[in-house]
Amino acid sequence: MFELLGIPPQALFGQLLLGLINGAFYAMLSLGLAVIFGLLNVINFTHGAQYMMGAFGAWMLLNYAGIPFWGALVLSPIIVAAIGMVIERTLLKRLYHLDHLYGLLLTFGLALILEGLFRRQYGSSGLPYNNPLPGGTNLGFMFLPNYRAFVVVASLVVCIATWYVIERTKLGSYLRAATERPDLVQAFGIDVPRMITLTYGFGVGLAALAGVLAAPAYQVSPTMGSNLIIVVFAVVVIGGMGSIMGAIVTGFGLGIVEGLTKVFYPEASSTVIFVIMAIVLMVKPAGLFGTAK
Amino acid sequence: MRLAAIFLAASSLMGAGAAYAQVPVKIGVLNDQSGLYADLGGQGSVWAAKKAVEDFGAAAKGLKVEVIFADHQNKADVGTSVARQWYDVDGVDAIFDTPNSGVALAVSGVTKEKNKVFINSGAASSDLTGKACTPNTVHWTYDTWALANGTGKAIVKTGGDTWFFLTADYAFGHALERDTEAVVLANGGKVAGKVRVPLNNADFSSFLLQAQSSKAKIIGLANAGGDTINSIKQAAEYGIVEGGQKLAGLLIFLTDVHSLGLKVAQGLNLTSAWYWDMTDANRKFADAFAAANGGKRPTMVQAGVYSGVTHYLKAVEALKSAKDGAAVVAEMKKIPTDDPLFGKGEVRADGRHIHPMFLFEVKKPSESKGPYDYYTLKATIPANEAFRPIGEGDCPLVKKG
Amino acid sequence: MSTSTPTHPAGAPAASGSGASVGTIFGVLAIAVLLAAPFGVYPVFLMKVMCFALFACAFNLLLGYTGLLSFGHAMFFGGSAYVCAHTIKVMGFSPELGILAGVVFAAALGFLSGLLAIRRQGIYFAMVTLALAQMFFFFCLQAPFTGGEDGLQAVPRGALFGIIDLTKDINLYYLVLAIFVFGFLVIYRAIHSPFGQVLKAIRENEPRAISLGYRVNQYKLVAFVLSAALAGLAGATKVLVFQLASLTDVAWQMSGEVILMTLVGGMGTILGPIVGAAVIVTMQNYLAGLGEWVLVIQGVIFVLAVSLFRRGFVGEVIAIIQQFKAKKAD
Repeated sequence: MFELLGIPPQALFGQLLLGLINGAFYAMLSLGLAVIFGLLNVINFTHGAQYMMGAFGAWMLLNYAGIPFWGALVLSPIIVAAIGMVIERTLLKRLYHLDHLYGLLLTFGLALILEGLFRRQYGSSGLPYNNPLPGGTNLGFMFLPNYRAFVVVASLVVCIATWYVIERTKLGSYLRAATERPDLVQAFGIDVPRMITLTYGFGVGLAALAGVLAAPAYQVSPTMGSNLIIVVFAVVVIGGMGSIMGAIVTGFGLGIVEGLTKVFYPEASSTVIFVIMAIVLMVKPAGLFGTAK
Repeated sequence: MRLAAIFLAASSLMGAGAAYAQVPVKIGVLNDQSGLYADLGGQGSVWAAKKAVEDFGAAAKGLKVEVIFADHQNKADVGTSVARQWYDVDGVDAIFDTPNSGVALAVSGVTKEKNKVFINSGAASSDLTGKACTPNTVHWTYDTWALANGTGKAIVKTGGDTWFFLTADYAFGHALERDTEAVVLANGGKVAGKVRVPLNNADFSSFLLQAQSSKAKIIGLANAGGDTINSIKQAAEYGIVEGGQKLAGLLIFLTDVHSLGLKVAQGLNLTSAWYWDMTDANRKFADAFAAANGGKRPTMVQAGVYSGVTHYLKAVEALKSAKDGAAVVAEMKKIPTDDPLFGKGEVRADGRHIHPMFLFEVKKPSESKGPYDYYTLKATIPANEAFRPIGEGDCPLVKKG
Repeated sequence: MSTSTPTHPAGAPAASGSGASVGTIFGVLAIAVLLAAPFGVYPVFLMKVMCFALFACAFNLLLGYTGLLSFGHAMFFGGSAYVCAHTIKVMGFSPELGILAGVVFAAALGFLSGLLAIRRQGIYFAMVTLALAQMFFFFCLQAPFTGGEDGLQAVPRGALFGIIDLTKDINLYYLVLAIFVFGFLVIYRAIHSPFGQVLKAIRENEPRAISLGYRVNQYKLVAFVLSAALAGLAGATKVLVFQLASLTDVAWQMSGEVILMTLVGGMGTILGPIVGAAVIVTMQNYLAGLGEWVLVIQGVIFVLAVSLFRRGFVGEVIAIIQQFKAKKAD
């Protein structure tokens, strides 16, 4: 058996697979950010908090209403998206005529409020959420928990469906058109403000869905979002926001890179994405899939 | 400018009894009220301090005790600001609890400068009674050395002789790993491997797989808080405990186990200074605590605050004054400790409170009778073995002999 | 330092000629109040306010006058704090040299991160700075010389130039005051120089500034380095006050706090960040007993400031005064 830098190939396959699982979360979150940014020109700092709310939503549905994971998978994103749309209508909407930075600042403030409220209510150690798919399969080179396999498949399906809707359907073409020239699209009789609201809701819903998927794997805690969101920002900078596919590919790709770092040099696994970001900025400032802007 | 004190001073007033010449004592509970450590200390510690004052019968013994509190937000600068303000402006005589080693070390420095008293229950760093010891600081409940020693020794003795460390990659994790490794090796165990994991890393699966393939019997978790919780949770997902390996948490509190749930945490080994369901006195204290704190059971940190306040008041009563901090601490070291929760013990010259430690195993869900019925006692580490020998801590107060 | 000319506290663009003399009087008054303040108010608290006020002013130079939103200023503030604490405590530097070392480090770090960050504009700029700062945070967390979670404790205050004993709060207070006034004047001069005019031009319309032949990126980089160095000055000074440097100073929440201070006080006004810092630091002190609510209240202030009074306290006051003047002129 040959070994690569001291790591047997089986273990390497295992770590690649694990990286793919983490990449699934990056992909879904950066996809949501990209969709929102595309139409609203707002970097949604609340994204991390909404991911956290998705996870808490699943926990609350289970503990207060007795709705199991599979129900929460549908319900929680819808609820969080509805809250998001209310925020868009009441707060974000008033900022569109201003510099984009105000949108970032507003959503940052909202993230603080949400995190603070959840901490106040549930403490910061987090809450347990049981694994809905216990057990796993022995693949020979590693033990793959069923739930992790489900996460990868589910997020791939969601990502590809989103890509399809935006790039290949009529609704998607309206969306893309509205991104470029909202005034013209409005003139064709399409209700652009409503489309914006729904898009924001959809992006937020994606974050919440990622949150629900994270609940059984990670601890449901008020800080789970703020730790993740900064990494996702870096992912977005690396990928550039030019294309939907770009967001998906970068998300999965960076998950794998991070996974490999965990094997070869674990100390750097939290910084590797930022290092890649710095390199990409030097070589291709617009990002891997971005267009100069 | 009165700052925080205005809010805080209003919070409690004690000993409204006898009006004759009383010794005024002001106690400040300075801890995390909102962040990571709020659950294990927080308002529960404030309650414990007040309860200790009440049970001590301070008013009848001629002490007029007032308890105030503040949130240090886990920021060393906020912690020292509050401490300075309390000592300079508000007349606080002693500060209690203070989890978060960074804040605790900073407050210990200020306390020495102002010659007051600092009795720490919540922080882990053994430096408080080691390199950074002062004549004004007492470390009450536990420290990294005691946890490492308790868990490491007891587990090796019960057959867990090969270890793999999952270490949080910063000073605290390194210290915990280093101390435990020393104990494991000294007791004839072996270390099969270790991996340094960045702090606040949500996904441990990769590291757990490395631990799994090391075939070590014990996976030592040299981390804390959310990192510990996530690593235990994911270990359950990957079937590590079912596969025959055991997890040893080096810093785990009752609140962590509560938040994990027994289904995930079962079988975990951990060391603690105190558990509520061990004696009648503990249960009585826990019942009163639960009644006042929404059904929660006290942690060892909160119990430590109670015990520490009790002993502090004894010393103040003997001296009839709380003003000279070093003198009060010297008195605390002179009289033996004895209280309902921690039993008999002593405060050593380096400021270390000496008492037994306990190794617990987390129960299976089927064994538990209800919320907070979580631990089974596996071993008692006697007081004389539980803490770092006094000569090994490099404490300047201790003369090398 | 020269106290006479450059103090212009009204913060309004120096348009009205009569405003300047009023400003000078205000400036002298403000200095007099600050000189006498430690006898009435707890000096450690005042020093903390001044450190954060300087930090916010440095940040405002970038956001308010160049239009660059940095979400990573904590790395300069905290990085300089670590260097200052380390050089003083471990290498035995004197306080003034320790501060200098901190500032030099912050400027160098500002140069490197600035080179990267100015390659992107607007929101991307914010995200890049945030990510770089997070990288620096992890570096500080793992590097042995920072003491990890414990931070660097018990940094000796020492004696300034070997003569003035800084362990006395009152002596230190005047040093901090001098540093604060110095930093403030540097920023004031920068804003009211031709260099400052170019920065404002970039803020208003970058393509136009480019077409006028200005090397926009160089200007941005200089502003970035200057802002980083002054943020470092604030961080290093804070080390002397609290005698410690900790992870809090480099965490992303610190970057958020300084934005909040600037926003609340009024970005793009010279006095705004000072007012904002005073308000936020005071609030944090008073609310220490409220625990979890601090975060929520900060968030609410953020949302209110962005939604309702985007000009901040000082900006709104200036707007009211100008409105009043305009009415009188009619």
